Amino acid sequence: MNGIDFDIAHLLAGSLVLISFLELYQDRLYSLLNIYAVHALVLAASVAWQAFIQDAPHLYVTAGIALVFKAIVIPVALHRIIVRLGIHREIEKAVGVGPAMLAGIGLVALSMVVMLRVTQDADPLAREDLAFALSVVLLGLLMMVTRRNAVSQVVGFMSLENGLVLAATGAKGMPLVVEISVAFSILIAFIVVGIFLFRIRERFDTVDVQVLDRFRGERR
Amino acid sequence: MILDVAVQGAQMLLVLFLAPLFTGFVRKVKARLLRRQGPPLIQPYRDLARLMRKDVVLADSASWLFRVIPYLIFAATWVAASLVPTFRTGLLFSWSADLIAIIALLGSGRFFLALAGLDVGTSFGGIGSSREVMIASLAEPAMIMIVFTLALIAGSTQLSTMAAFMASSEVGLRVSLGLALVALMMVAIAENGRIPVDNPATHLELTMVHEAMVLEYSGRHLALIELSASLKLILYVSVIACLFAPWGLASSGAGLPTLAVGIAAYAGKLAIGGFLLAVFETSIAKMRVFRVPEFLGAALMLGLLATLLRFVSGSF
Amino acid sequence: MTLTIVLVCAVVLLVFAPVAVALGRSSAATRLVYGACMLTSAVSLTAAMAHLLCAGVPESITLPVGVPWLGAHLRIDSLSAFFLVVVDLGAMSASLFALGYGQHETAPERVLPFYPAFLAAMTLVVLADDAFTYLLSWEFMSLTSWAMVMAHHRVPENVRAGYVYLVMASFGTLALLLAFGLLAGPDGLYAFAQMRAAHPSAALGALALILALIGAGSKAGLVPLHVWLPLAHPAAPSHVSALMSGVMTKVAVYGFVRIVFDLAGGPAWWWSIVVLAFAGVTTVMGVLYALMQHDLKRLLAYHTVENIGIIFIGLGLALAFKAHGMLFAAALAFTAALLHVFNHSLFKSLLFFGAGAVLTATGERDMEHLGGLIHRMPQTAFVFLVGCVAISALPPLNGFVSEWLTFQAILLSPQIPSWGLKLLVPAVGALLALSAALAAACFVKVYGVAFLGRPRTPAAEGATEVDSFSLAAMMLLASLCLLAGILPGLFIDALAPVSSALIGAHMPVQGGTQWLSIVPIAASRSSYDGLLVFLFMIISGTLAAFAIHRLASDRLRRAPAWDCGYPDASPATQYSAMSFAQPIRRVFGTVVFRAREEGFMPPPGDTRPARLTVELRDPIWDAIYAPIIVGIGFAADRLNRLQFLTIRQFLSLVFGALVILLLVLAIWT
Repeated sequence: MNGIDFDIAHLLAGSLVLISFLELYQDRLYSLLNIYAVHALVLAASVAWQAFIQDAPHLYVTAGIALVFKAIVIPVALHRIIVRLGIHREIEKAVGVGPAMLAGIGLVALSMVVMLRVTQDADPLAREDLAFALSVVLLGLLMMVTRRNAVSQVVGFMSLENGLVLAATGAKGMPLVVEISVAFSILIAFIVVGIFLFRIRERFDTVDVQVLDRFRGERR
Repeated sequence: MILDVAVQGAQMLLVLFLAPLFTGFVRKVKARLLRRQGPPLIQPYRDLARLMRKDVVLADSASWLFRVIPYLIFAATWVAASLVPTFRTGLLFSWSADLIAIIALLGSGRFFLALAGLDVGTSFGGIGSSREVMIASLAEPAMIMIVFTLALIAGSTQLSTMAAFMASSEVGLRVSLGLALVALMMVAIAENGRIPVDNPATHLELTMVHEAMVLEYSGRHLALIELSASLKLILYVSVIACLFAPWGLASSGAGLPTLAVGIAAYAGKLAIGGFLLAVFETSIAKMRVFRVPEFLGAALMLGLLATLLRFVSGSF
Repeated sequence: MTLTIVLVCAVVLLVFAPVAVALGRSSAATRLVYGACMLTSAVSLTAAMAHLLCAGVPESITLPVGVPWLGAHLRIDSLSAFFLVVVDLGAMSASLFALGYGQHETAPERVLPFYPAFLAAMTLVVLADDAFTYLLSWEFMSLTSWAMVMAHHRVPENVRAGYVYLVMASFGTLALLLAFGLLAGPDGLYAFAQMRAAHPSAALGALALILALIGAGSKAGLVPLHVWLPLAHPAAPSHVSALMSGVMTKVAVYGFVRIVFDLAGGPAWWWSIVVLAFAGVTTVMGVLYALMQHDLKRLLAYHTVENIGIIFIGLGLALAFKAHGMLFAAALAFTAALLHVFNHSLFKSLLFFGAGAVLTATGERDMEHLGGLIHRMPQTAFVFLVGCVAISALPPLNGFVSEWLTFQAILLSPQIPSWGLKLLVPAVGALLALSAALAAACFVKVYGVAFLGRPRTPAAEGATEVDSFSLAAMMLLASLCLLAGILPGLFIDALAPVSSALIGAHMPVQGGTQWLSIVPIAASRSSYDGLLVFLFMIISGTLAAFAIHRLASDRLRRAPAWDCGYPDASPATQYSAMSFAQPIRRVFGTVVFRAREEGFMPPPGDTRPARLTVELRDPIWDAIYAPIIVGIGFAADRLNRLQFLTIRQFLSLVFGALVILLLVLAIWT
């Protein structure tokens, strides 16, 4: 494995961890969504680079899905949703920024220790990328735990899923990566729709569309 | 030997004379970005000359320490700035103070500046000093963590050795370097009192930290303090340039043409750095005072993460 | 030869204790006793320095006093010589200070007899070579210092301080007793030489480490056993506070080093994790506590806690390196820790002397009632500034050197293969850097609020400079701080025999480096030249001053303060200690101390003043000590019922105990 390939793969995986930390730091929903878009972008770049060095063209499809669906479509859709729901203001945190970041560092340390000890005789590139991927997963979980707002919890879930995709592409020869990515993205779509429905039900005590029409003033 | 002494002397004078020019350049670019004409590039030199010629008006309650502090701050900052390689590594006295000592020298400057704020016994000085030490209490550990990361990669804390290592081909694209760069830029902004941490152009007490501490200074004392602030800014830009953009840096024992290339490269790096700083300051608003600890806490965490990664594995 | 000189000095000091009782309250008695202590300490200091610098061989002597089959073993080796230097230097400067300060003592008969005894006790602890002598001298040291803490016993907080001190000291001695008992083994080999030869097992060594950490750590001030320190150190007279903070804590560090590095056998890999964890927490908690204080002496006592944390970080790193066989790095960490021991005793004593001078001049210990002292006490202000710069670890003074060496030791740690240390050492490094920055913040507060600004009370306005003995003691320590910062190579070379004896390696000889710089590992890796930095700063500062005064202007005039056009004549509008610490209190204090600020603004027309209340809770007291106190009280109440039994119940207790013992005898044999 060429030294520079090693380093670029590491750099991209490390940037993913860095962006996860930046997500933890964010106060406002808009900037959180923008940072998530960058997260997905870096994931796409990382998967594309893995496709290049592993010589596995099907990973380009995964990179494409990540780019189109997760970096563009979902952030735009979520933007629209939060404007419509009127919650584009400050995020209420359950835990403050300082303790959250300290916990984040502890989680990264934990994933380093676990991954590097468990995979003693594996390929060095894959090992360390797996360690980063586990860190991204744990940071995504941390974000879900430390937020009260449903949309930010969804963003946490999505970044967790990005970490899983990173892990899957890092381990060479994992089959059905593309199919798994599509399945995850559909799952996300359903979760987002679910939130929408949940909020509607919260506001109107029903998801009956006829009641909504009546509320809108359109007589049927 | 003669060449080494000459280079060291040239380095000291270069940073001293370029510092106000750099500040003027940043101001000019900021003004242009805001569609104003802006002051001429040499305006800081004129300001310094004007201040030097004026009388010092000293408050009744100021002590001898108040009068000595500008010279102490200038001495500490200038000594620190003279040890940062700008156009050539392997400075003659680079072994006398490594990067930790340089940071500590800047810390001494800050210590005495905070004392100056409290000396006259007004509430403005107090507000400046208390905010400054709060910012310093997080910026300095973040800087030390960054130094650790860089030292663990380069195998030394000497700035010249580190710059030479970064310029060589042995360093790859490392994750911890990326984290350290982001953290270093955040710390540099905080330490130099730029937007979004502090506004260098304001005189409203609610928004100022550095200006509040030097409110009672006038004449040549104020000139020295402003010069020291410009020196500190150019020091940080030089540190970032020599560690993360070391191309064009002449190695020790190089001939005059290589040195000329080094100086030209340094000028180019300063121009780019100043431009980026001006763009960044114009595009972002100043943070509330109690968001600054979160900002710097993030820098500290990034530095800690970078150091942790270096401890955990040699290839990070 | 050295040992006899030092022993004779100790005996002379012990003799002066009853002499002081006999002489009573006269001021001549004060002068005589302190003068004698100073001279005796100076002689002892010279002897110890000679032994250390000339790399003398260890000498031992056995006196036929004490336990009959044991005697009193006393020994001086390089470690003892170094700590003797620390003790005697502190004693000499404190006695010099007290020659002036002692004149203002209101109850000299409660301080004078115990002072020489305290000095003698500390000397004997460092010289002790068997467990009995050690523990006897240790307890004697605690008791004499307790007596001096209780010197002003009419003040209720001093009484509480003395009580807590006594309880914690007894607890510490119990732990040390158990530690020595374990190391002595079932055969009762109490002499240190026998313990060294016995090579204890791993489990025994581990227990000895834990007990030494508890026993010596509580006397040194490791969190969470530090609670007596900020109560007791301020209560004693200032020269005694300086000795307790600057010297007695170091004697405790000596105890730890002696047990863990010398007697307990080779360290296991996990020992350093325990030490580093406690040391890191101690460092940060100490400085955070200090930032919330506005009593000068209590703040300085909390800072001692922080610096003890720094010393134990160095010791923990040395243990880690030694356990993995990296002796060279262990020597670096160990030398850094010992150098910090020396440096801290210098500047902590200096600062306590300054606080004593301020107390003498103004009668105030609270910073909120001081201010503007730099105009009224110029020499004290200058040396206090030197102390503040030194303790904030700023070049070119000595605090920076030991901290720099500790950082260099941390940078060598990635080579340690243990995972726990790989994660712990960067965290400890971050905590160390954080505490250094917070310490600088704290001392800006101390100096700025107490000495700068305008006087806040008439007491501060009426301050005058103190007498020349106090000033001489402070100047001596300040110049030593500067010397240790400029020429650190000398001190590092002096510590080489200590490091060789305990670690098995020492740092490279600093004598031949260019321009007197220090090179901890290799010249290509890192070096620092305090002398050059100092000279550069002086030269550039004077050059700038000269050039500006000649070429530009040197005119100056006085005017009222500008204060943005709204100068306020009342000195109450300037920043106080609490207001200075408010940003840091808000950032760190809300998490650590559950700090709450509440302001009360009276409505318009109401004549009541506005009030700002700040509430801080001590987390360690609430979490550890308060439950223990409640538990003990509960148990004591329950057990009290044993006092009120009937005769039949007493008899049945005795009968039951007898039956149980007979049963045990029957079953066991």
